[in-house]
Amino acid sequence: MKKPEGHIDHNNVVISIRGLRKSFGDLHVLRGVDLDVYQGENLVVLGRSGTGKSVLIKLIVGLLRPDAGTINVLGQDVDTLTVKELDQLRLKVGFSFQSSALYDSMTIRENLEFPLVRNVRNLSRQEINRAVEESLEDVGLSQTINQMPSELSGGQRKRIGIARTLILKPDIMLYDEPTAGLDPITSNDINNLINEVQERHRATSIIITHDLTCAKETGDRLAMLLDGRFERQGTFDEVFATNDERVQQFYHYNFIE
Amino acid sequence: MESTTTKPDEAATEKPVVTRRLDRVFLELYNVAAFVSRFFKEVLMPPYEGKEIIRQFFEVGYKSLGLISLTGFITGIVFTNQSRPSLAEFGATSWLPSLIAIAIVRALAPLVTALIASGKVGSNIGAELGSMKVTEQIDAMEVSATNPYKFLVVSRVLATTFAIPTLTMYTIFVAMVGAFINVNANEATSFPAFIEQFFGAITYLDVFSSVIKSFVFGFTIGMVGCYKGYHSSKGTEGVGKAANSSVVTSMFLVFIEELLALQIVAALRAV
Ligand SMILES: Nc1ncnc2c1ncn2[C@@H]1O[C@H](COP(=O)(O)OP(=O)(O)OP(=O)(O)O)[C@@H](O)[C@H]1O
Ligand SMILES: [Mg+2]
Repeated sequence: MKKPEGHIDHNNVVISIRGLRKSFGDLHVLRGVDLDVYQGENLVVLGRSGTGKSVLIKLIVGLLRPDAGTINVLGQDVDTLTVKELDQLRLKVGFSFQSSALYDSMTIRENLEFPLVRNVRNLSRQEINRAVEESLEDVGLSQTINQMPSELSGGQRKRIGIARTLILKPDIMLYDEPTAGLDPITSNDINNLINEVQERHRATSIIITHDLTCAKETGDRLAMLLDGRFERQGTFDEVFATNDERVQQFYHYNFIE
Repeated sequence: MESTTTKPDEAATEKPVVTRRLDRVFLELYNVAAFVSRFFKEVLMPPYEGKEIIRQFFEVGYKSLGLISLTGFITGIVFTNQSRPSLAEFGATSWLPSLIAIAIVRALAPLVTALIASGKVGSNIGAELGSMKVTEQIDAMEVSATNPYKFLVVSRVLATTFAIPTLTMYTIFVAMVGAFINVNANEATSFPAFIEQFFGAITYLDVFSSVIKSFVFGFTIGMVGCYKGYHSSKGTEGVGKAANSSVVTSMFLVFIEELLALQIVAALRAV
């Protein structure tokens, strides 16, 4: 399935990363990452477990600080922002956690409301309710509104996590393994949702995944993290058209042939 | 943005074990100092989490009220009963209400309240924040532009700081009731006589120093629980450890503070 590329603006770089390095003690995770993400694009980041994919997007939202290099998001250098400026930027960047990270002392409704109530002033009760209901509908989980996160399955929690990040209609979405641990049908729903977010909100997304179906369905471009750098970038077919064993293994173990 | 993770002791790899341990102690001390001073910086800065503070205040009260009622009441009865023989030797059992008043107000009520709260509230805060840390809920708050330190830590510390003195007052009351029942049954002391003796024995300094002490206890319990939770290590094991060490550390600190308070109040009495 080939996606239409009409809404990607190649003249407009929304995330630009140069020479990014990050280590934890002796563990050198990112070793000089360069990356540009264009307005309206879905960029899929591939890489084996522990290669630093989650670390990369945590650096983008300022949850971690780089050892070296620059990260520019929507024209702002993340590492030099004040707390207030960083908060302003974060409102434009949705972050869907690998672990869902739902607030387990709150109901689903309260989880979804949280970013709205705290960041958008003067919203009426009706407006909040409408936004919550719409987001829940987007992920097909309207019936869970009054439940607690602990009562939901892992896949449902994941979808609520995505709904919670979508509620502020961010310009950039960062999905950390959105389909991991989901059945193929739900995975397909999530893939469609990601594409819909791209089309409807004109959002730019980075999608981290191990799931090549997800990569193929949602990605306009793929980037593969190998040994702390993006060594291969391009369309799905371009990335896998190589004899590099590390890339080939990734492909073959994903599909049952 | 202010990172909550501690720097791994990078330079420590080739140093001898003793120096490495010392490094870690100083690093921990530095982290504690930074964590506590951040409280004073943020508590004064808007936005104020009023709703959350009140919710946490009632949570603390609600969680410990039952246990405190029981222990306070029993402490009153037991202490009265155990003190009786010594006073009886001097034929001075009529002094029981005065003796009890001093013991309860000055020492027993603040201490019992703080210890119960350490066990009940401190462990709860440690476990709650620990699991929020481990499951990235604290990070999630941060990326949705909410200051998690203010929302979680400042509100809880303020709640315990004000709830513990309130609960201490309540403990004084129930312990007094326990003591009265015992005295009434044994010496047939009337209620007005008991009250008169009870309050005649204590001074403003007694009450004042107990309240101040309880503020400090409350601050300690909240701070320790939050610190342990906020810095808990990954995994469910980390959560258990955070809860457990919250209790141990805050009980330990409460006794140290009690000892210090004793010195201070003694000095005040002398002037
Ligand atoms: N806060 C941290 N402190 C220390 N080490 C960390 C921290 N965060 C990540 N790491 C380490 O960095 C490496 C990369 O972690 P990361 O979570 O980015 O992997 P990943 O590519 O997302 O893997 P997965 O596909 O399994 O999610 C891991 O070895 C991890 O142990
Ligand atoms: Mg990851």
